[in-house]
Amino acid sequence: MNAVVKTALLAALLSSAAGLAHAGDIALDHPWSRATPAGAPVGAGYVTVKNTGAAADKLVSATAPDVAGKVEVHEMTMDNGVMKMRPVSGIEIPAGKSVELKPGGYHIMFMQLKQPLKAGETIKGALTFEKAGVVPVEFKVEAMSAAGSGGHDMKGMDGHKH
Amino acid sequence: MKNFRIALWAAAAIAAAVLAGLLYFGAGGSQATVIGGPFRLKDQNGQIVDSATLKGKPYAIFFGFTHCPEICPTTMTDMAALMGKLGDEAKGFRIYFVSVDPERDTPDKLRNYLSSFEPHVVGLTGTPEEIAAVAKEFRVYYRKVPLDGGDYTMDHSAFVYLMGKDGGFRNVIGYQEKPDRALEKLKTLIERG
Repeated sequence: MNAVVKTALLAALLSSAAGLAHAGDIALDHPWSRATPAGAPVGAGYVTVKNTGAAADKLVSATAPDVAGKVEVHEMTMDNGVMKMRPVSGIEIPAGKSVELKPGGYHIMFMQLKQPLKAGETIKGALTFEKAGVVPVEFKVEAMSAAGSGGHDMKGMDGHKH
Repeated sequence: MKNFRIALWAAAAIAAAVLAGLLYFGAGGSQATVIGGPFRLKDQNGQIVDSATLKGKPYAIFFGFTHCPEICPTTMTDMAALMGKLGDEAKGFRIYFVSVDPERDTPDKLRNYLSSFEPHVVGLTGTPEEIAAVAKEFRVYYRKVPLDGGDYTMDHSAFVYLMGKDGGFRNVIGYQEKPDRALEKLKTLIERG
């Protein structure tokens, strides 16, 4: 068992109720997801990835075997009102910086969903980084109307926060 | 030929976006026949919904697909929330969710998916040709994009079009539009038809 895996396991054991997990120089903050409509084959996961180290790292893949047959790292863009979504080969996390996976941008794409994601549940999974290795993560499933920290909020009526 | 078609669709998408922008910031009104036109599709219960049955009723229409992790469910959630806010005013008002992925989105799949947004959202699907025709009428762009392992996703326009009782275009609600503004637009549509 190498050091990275050990660190990851330790992080899993120690990960706090606030949803903070870290392995080495990578810390994951507020991993969340949205409830999905009935029978929806896909869902999305969001998280803020913080790299406290002196070297850049890269998020290369993700897993969530309990809920999804396949998980990919995707980017969504809006181009002249056209929504486009593409798998990406990785997301660079610069040294000392945070990258937010959020609605309308990068996300973890849960594919071949085994059951709908329900608000209040958690999705156990792991993110794999080039250097930090496998970092366990638990996405908290929020309401279908949840906006996270970067999007809009229909309930709060406070509009955009861009 | 394929590139030419893509270019044409891209041009159509840009034209639609520009037009939507003009109408969005402008007055709306009489030039409003460009987006929208006759169509005939099946709803999630297999019933025909066509432009004739919609005559006299204002409605909203959105083009999406069920293998869509973000825009489609949030747009439908937002629209359903707005309907809730409008309460009785929105009684009988319908939001049509047209699948741009008819190969996977069968009426059964749509029925299950849209049960989360009942009763305001109605799913519409058809043959690939019928979907292409309705998308053209509404100046909606969509394209199949292959993914690894034989899977695919769809690029698609993400506007909610608000259509008047005469079938003419009235307004548009954009992605992540402020809810109070979207609510105002819906109110206007329902009141004036």
